Amino acid sequence: MATAETTASAAPRPAGAAAPAAATFRIWRGQANAGSFADFNATISEGMVVLDVVHQIQATQAPDLAVRWNCKAGKCGSCSAEINGQPKLMCMTRLNTLDLTQPVTVEPMRTFPHVRDLVTDVSWNFRVKQRIAPFHPKPAGADGVWRESQADVDRPQEFRKCIECFLCQDVCHVLREHNKFAEFIGPRFLIHIAQLEMNPLDDGNRLAALKDDFNIGYCNITKCCTKVCPEGIAITDNAIIPLKERVVDEFYDPVRRLFRVFR
Amino acid sequence: MSSIDVPLKALKRRTFGQTMRPDLWWITPLAVFLGLGSFVVYSTWAALQGDFYRFGPYLSPMYSPLLLTARPGWWPAFLPFSAAMLILWAPGGFRITCYYYRGAYYKAFWGDPPACAVGEPRKSYWGERKFPLILQNIHRYFFYLALVFLVLLAHDAWQALWWTHAWDPAVAAGQRIFELRVGTLVMIINPILLACYTLGCHSLRHLTGGRKDELSAGRRKAYDCVSCLNRKHMMWAWCSLLWVMFTDVYVRLCAMGVWHDWRIH
Repeated sequence: MATAETTASAAPRPAGAAAPAAATFRIWRGQANAGSFADFNATISEGMVVLDVVHQIQATQAPDLAVRWNCKAGKCGSCSAEINGQPKLMCMTRLNTLDLTQPVTVEPMRTFPHVRDLVTDVSWNFRVKQRIAPFHPKPAGADGVWRESQADVDRPQEFRKCIECFLCQDVCHVLREHNKFAEFIGPRFLIHIAQLEMNPLDDGNRLAALKDDFNIGYCNITKCCTKVCPEGIAITDNAIIPLKERVVDEFYDPVRRLFRVFR
Repeated sequence: MSSIDVPLKALKRRTFGQTMRPDLWWITPLAVFLGLGSFVVYSTWAALQGDFYRFGPYLSPMYSPLLLTARPGWWPAFLPFSAAMLILWAPGGFRITCYYYRGAYYKAFWGDPPACAVGEPRKSYWGERKFPLILQNIHRYFFYLALVFLVLLAHDAWQALWWTHAWDPAVAAGQRIFELRVGTLVMIINPILLACYTLGCHSLRHLTGGRKDELSAGRRKAYDCVSCLNRKHMMWAWCSLLWVMFTDVYVRLCAMGVWHDWRIH
């Protein structure tokens, strides 16, 4: 089997490009909350991403290094980790964006239960999704057809880009620092609700649950979720704040409540 | 099928300021702390001065609209009086409850969190679910007031174009002459920047289209316009904030005779 190192060195290098360099990667090793950083030297060549280095180390120095990955194209959301303290996809973090003169730290997502090395248990997220009322279609038109305009579809469509890497959940301080797993659903599922609530063909109402069960009020608009999203979804501006405003409409706006009484 | 046979726990939480981030993560919260802190200190000082807020047709935005110039009888004796204190609560409330500023000052002043993926100083957290922060939901009402202020400040900018030449015997008393000065431009830029900030407000975005799942053509245009300004909401928030302060400084220094207000046309 070819190692990552030999694969990388076999790739053609453009004329004038710098020779492969070495860099130190400081990777979290351990199991179930107990562990420490271990240093590995890696051979670097042009075009590499952090996941390439992890594979190289796995192939040449630490065959038991646990890492979850799949597509290596930023679409499966499996290889989420914290690189130099920032939640990122390992497969989308190119080495030329990192300072390789200093050791590069690679840790598992700190918000979720730690399984081993770089692997965490993200199953809480799937249980949260089951608590959210699914899409419920409006009655079809007289001809039995549902119709919606493309412009109206575009808005919730942005949220369908989510690859469920859970980096936004990882960086959200409500979960990460304050452990509100029982009360708060996190940015990933706020955009899931936004996608359903803004869908012109959905007639479900999740606003009461959003306020009381999923506690959208915990979000204090730090925008960290937006910053780490590898799909570039404007989570805070396009999903969370619009949902907050809809909750205000329903529960906190005295004039609107008065209108509803007389309507 | 494999199973995990050990109880799983997240890695140990980090303490205040702890992070693996090697970048200068503290620069932004520090800049916000200094920027907002300086504005609060300056605006409080300027509001308490009660003087040098007019020069010719210019009126400092911190005193506009000028409701009273003398202390009314009902004003509490222990509280210093200034015309600015009657009105500053409205634009102040708009900015305090603004979605951008909320995120910024929670980080810079309260460390909640100090920056993304950086350890926090406290374990307790209520978010905006309970008093007092649940009051942030009043933002849309401050937005309505901000619209009124926008009209008033645009009127002030118009007024800044018209001068009475009391020193010129050729000009009849009370006659107003069109004149463009550096101060006029300062007064005109002020409501423009404020409009870019106010009309990009998240509450207006909700009112124009965010609350609907299906938008008519006209509503969509309005929603797209607000969304366009909203994308740079942070930039407009800072530009308009600093320009309000600069406009007050300009009017104040002209009124004190420190700066000369150059005539352009």
